[in-house]
Amino acid sequence: MIRAVIVMNTQGKPRLVKFYDFQPPEKQQELIRSVYGVLSERADNVSNFVEADAIFGPGTQLVYKHFATLYFVFVFDSAENELAMLDLIQVFVETLDRCFKNVCELDMVFNFNKMHMLLDEIIFGGQVLETSSEQVLKAVEEIAKLEKSSSAISLVPKSVSARFGR
Amino acid sequence: MGSQGGWGQSKEFLDLVKSIGEARSKAEEDRIILREIETLKRRIAEPDVPRRKMKEYLIRLVYVEMLGHDASFGYIHAVKMTHDDSLLLKRTGYLAVTLFLNEDHDLIILIVNTIQKDLRSDNYLVVCAALTAVCKLINEETIPAVLPQVVELLGHSKEAVRKKAVLALHRFYQRAPNSVSHLISNFRKRLCDNDPGVMGATLCPLFDLIKEDINSYKDLVVSFVSILKQVAERRLPKTYDYHQMPAPFIQIKLLKILALLGGGDKQASGHMYTVLGDIFRKVEASSNIGNAVLYECICCVSSIYPSPKLLETAVDATSRFLKSDSHNLKYMGIDALGRLIKINPDIAEEHQLAVIDCLEDPDDTLKRKTFELLYKMTKSSNVEVIVDRMIDYMISINDNHYKTEIASRCVELAEQFAPSNQWFIQTMNKVFEHAGDLVNVRVAHNLMRLIAEGFGEDDEGADSQLRSSAVDSYLHILGEPKLPSVFLQVICWVLGEYGTADGKYSASYILGKLCDVAEAHSTDDTVKAYTTSAIMKICAFEIAVGRKVELLPECQSLIDELSASHSTDLQQRAYELQALLGLDSQAVESVMPLDASCEDIEIDKNLSFLDSFVIQSIEKGARPYIPENERSGMFNIGNFRSQYQHEASSHSLRFEAYELPKPSPPPTVAQVALPLPTTDLVQMPEQTYPRETHQAANLPSATHASSADFGVKLRLEGVQRKWGRPTYSSPSASSSSSTQKTANGATHLDGGGTASSQTRDSFYDSRRQQAEVSAEKQKLAASLFGASTVKSEKRQPSAHKTPKGISTSTEKPAVKGAISSSEPPKEKTLPSSPPPDLLDLGEPTPASIPSVDPFKQLEGLLGPTSAPSAIDHSSAAGPKAPDLMALYADAPPAGVSSGSLNPALADMYTVNKNSHETANVAAVKKGPNLQDSLQKDATARQVGVTPTGNNPNLFSDLLG
Repeated sequence: MIRAVIVMNTQGKPRLVKFYDFQPPEKQQELIRSVYGVLSERADNVSNFVEADAIFGPGTQLVYKHFATLYFVFVFDSAENELAMLDLIQVFVETLDRCFKNVCELDMVFNFNKMHMLLDEIIFGGQVLETSSEQVLKAVEEIAKLEKSSSAISLVPKSVSARFGR
Repeated sequence: MGSQGGWGQSKEFLDLVKSIGEARSKAEEDRIILREIETLKRRIAEPDVPRRKMKEYLIRLVYVEMLGHDASFGYIHAVKMTHDDSLLLKRTGYLAVTLFLNEDHDLIILIVNTIQKDLRSDNYLVVCAALTAVCKLINEETIPAVLPQVVELLGHSKEAVRKKAVLALHRFYQRAPNSVSHLISNFRKRLCDNDPGVMGATLCPLFDLIKEDINSYKDLVVSFVSILKQVAERRLPKTYDYHQMPAPFIQIKLLKILALLGGGDKQASGHMYTVLGDIFRKVEASSNIGNAVLYECICCVSSIYPSPKLLETAVDATSRFLKSDSHNLKYMGIDALGRLIKINPDIAEEHQLAVIDCLEDPDDTLKRKTFELLYKMTKSSNVEVIVDRMIDYMISINDNHYKTEIASRCVELAEQFAPSNQWFIQTMNKVFEHAGDLVNVRVAHNLMRLIAEGFGEDDEGADSQLRSSAVDSYLHILGEPKLPSVFLQVICWVLGEYGTADGKYSASYILGKLCDVAEAHSTDDTVKAYTTSAIMKICAFEIAVGRKVELLPECQSLIDELSASHSTDLQQRAYELQALLGLDSQAVESVMPLDASCEDIEIDKNLSFLDSFVIQSIEKGARPYIPENERSGMFNIGNFRSQYQHEASSHSLRFEAYELPKPSPPPTVAQVALPLPTTDLVQMPEQTYPRETHQAANLPSATHASSADFGVKLRLEGVQRKWGRPTYSSPSASSSSSTQKTANGATHLDGGGTASSQTRDSFYDSRRQQAEVSAEKQKLAASLFGASTVKSEKRQPSAHKTPKGISTSTEKPAVKGAISSSEPPKEKTLPSSPPPDLLDLGEPTPASIPSVDPFKQLEGLLGPTSAPSAIDHSSAAGPKAPDLMALYADAPPAGVSSGSLNPALADMYTVNKNSHETANVAAVKKGPNLQDSLQKDATARQVGVTPTGNNPNLFSDLLG
């Protein structure tokens, strides 16, 4: 089972945090700090795996991937395959990239509810639900379509959307 | 998609993020967020907040909480938002609630009703949102409220809903297995769902179920195998491909399940051989996910009933992993090797150099994995090298958690395989010195016991040699500046017992050392207690042989200081010591007999020596004694105390009723018989001291009582065991104990092993001087793997090895190299074996065994429910072939395959090892998007989130 998904930047600031077993906020902060402590000490060309039983309890592992200013971290137990989890990170990132077109840290900060939506289509209750980024996008688009029709008025103030629109 | 996702938040939120991004310090960030919290508190409490405004506030609250601040004041608003009719708002509400609340939160009760309603909604997206919330928010008590609806959703017409319903049920099972135990048949039913995705989801709960109870699912082996076969043969729609691999995640889950089902079951394993062989051959080892499947195959092969042919293939795959440049694959290789050597320990030999490389790799994860492997392959021939390596590594790391683990592994290996007592003690010293505060205190007791008991083989000479070498080494170690408390306790105890035993050191020298220890550790009462007892023993032994004890001035001042100590325990020890100094030699000898720490002392449980006194008293009119179990309403002290300690240690409430007082067990008799100066006082922390030394001071019989008290830990009557108690040693301990004994005998004969350890040291020294790295590695490999492939003579100097090799039958004689070199054509055999042969063998068409085919059986059950779902797959509705998976193959592919749609992406992924190359490709690809990137870059700078000023296109180096 996947225990947690954490996205943080290289300064340890969390960008997306999702624990599949509830952790109180203070504990979450502590865990994020310890994960950052481990990751920031690792060199560049080493493996993507870290045994995490000191942080998350016996039998847990974490897989991380470092992209530009962000770390993507998946925490899981022995029921998952390490290499497959590495690919799942890839799926998540690919999906984000397709969704936001050249995704950057900024996209994540401002759209983290959308990130959660995407992630919910990939991982459900700690289990892998879908691994095709195409299918994930399809599902999310369907939701977006429905949301639009259910709330006709644009939520984005004109000034802001003009400022950041593409 | 991206543009419409846009910046769906207000200016305020942008400003918040911007100011946090620009914050120079954590304190500044906190100030900004606290201000934000104040604003939100005010705004949220305003009457008639527009719903859309509220949505944004909630998102800001989630953001605030993600940064570690309390947002509990807004929880209720999140709950309210879940009631909203608009899907957008409802989803936001659910998202916030799932992130804020745990399943036991008080507010959950307000959501259950909404969830129930939403699960019944006509809109499947609402249902999906509710199912997501169900996974996170429903606890054991609320499961019954939503269970019927979730079960109903298993037959929903949308496969996305069915999939989520299966996983939600799985979640219920994880939370409270009993709540869904009657529904487990549903998982079996869903296994033959029309949609492969639903089938794949079903494997998750089945994996958990099978892990719990393997035997109930043996009937599914054939089905799992046939599913796996069809997946591997690409009979699923193309949409399930991932990087040209057919449904790899489903394959991995199936392989994990088969590994469980085939464990030690020859018949079940027999069904799997063909398909495993197929996968080994078909897997694309160039992609990451291909290797994931390959690794899972190796795991499966190593856990099912072994098939020699498959094992060979697995070993080949493992060696490819080990030879790879990728650290990830090396890691997997080491892990796979650890699994394979359980079946055949010789496999490791071929890969010795690769293993050594991994051991010296800068990657910590890889190093640890390799130590785990070494730990698994330790035997008495290589224990010294492995434990030495482990200790070196242990010294080099700071991570206390792992330090503890590796220390306990060192201890375990040393206890199990130690070639000599001498080595054992030296190893323990090192472990204590560097991780003393982290190892279990029982390890210390074990060490003391070993030194006290010696070989246990009526050879006093060797025993005293062992002890004096221990004393020597401890006196030497005492010079070190910082020693852990546990280790000091051991040292003090040994010095007290044996410091003057061989006459090498004078009593005053030892006493001086002990006083130094007490002085240097004036804050550690336990250590001081141990030193006082040690001083007392030394003095007692001196008095007993008739020598006059001249207390050193520092010793005297120590006693004076302790007798005024706040600790009653230390006070008592000090007074006892003073009293003992005043006794004559005969009394002292009976109070403190020399080297009596492991003598058995008979305990007169009936206290018969008091009989005459009792009779006298009764004659004088005293009331006769009533045994405790005949009295009522009174706690006996022993019980009460143990209860008290239990409660104190567990720090939790007890819900069960207090037990009735029981007849006192033997240890309490000993306690009652003793003067217990502290029981009538308030419970002091000193009470928790090991009672051993404390009581040893009192009376000779006290030593008894203490060892009886300690019995479980320290004394093993009638059992000749030197290292390791059952709790420490792994299951293999019992089998190895016999070989161990012979090993001891051998080392014992060649005289203690001092010589051998010296030769070993010199061997190391000479090794260090050698410049040639590879030779060094080879030697290490040779010593680790005990192979003669490289210069076996080099290994000979360690004299004690030779007798052991002969005496232990389990060890491999050093002729492995010759054997392995004589069998190189191994690798060739597999490719040449005709593939069609393998395929034909295993084609287990379900029709051929109709009576046991679960598919057939389940189909009958499935009848009515599958009818509506079959309509979706219009083209496939007709044929209900026994081969259900054919349905997928026939169904028109829902979309163009991901691989063909975006080949560039996939290609890039496969070459992601080479970042330069990828970067180039990415740069070319990004051409049309340049403007985009520039704009984003500008925004990023403006908002100040990426202070490094990097190109904001994070993934440009990996993705287009």
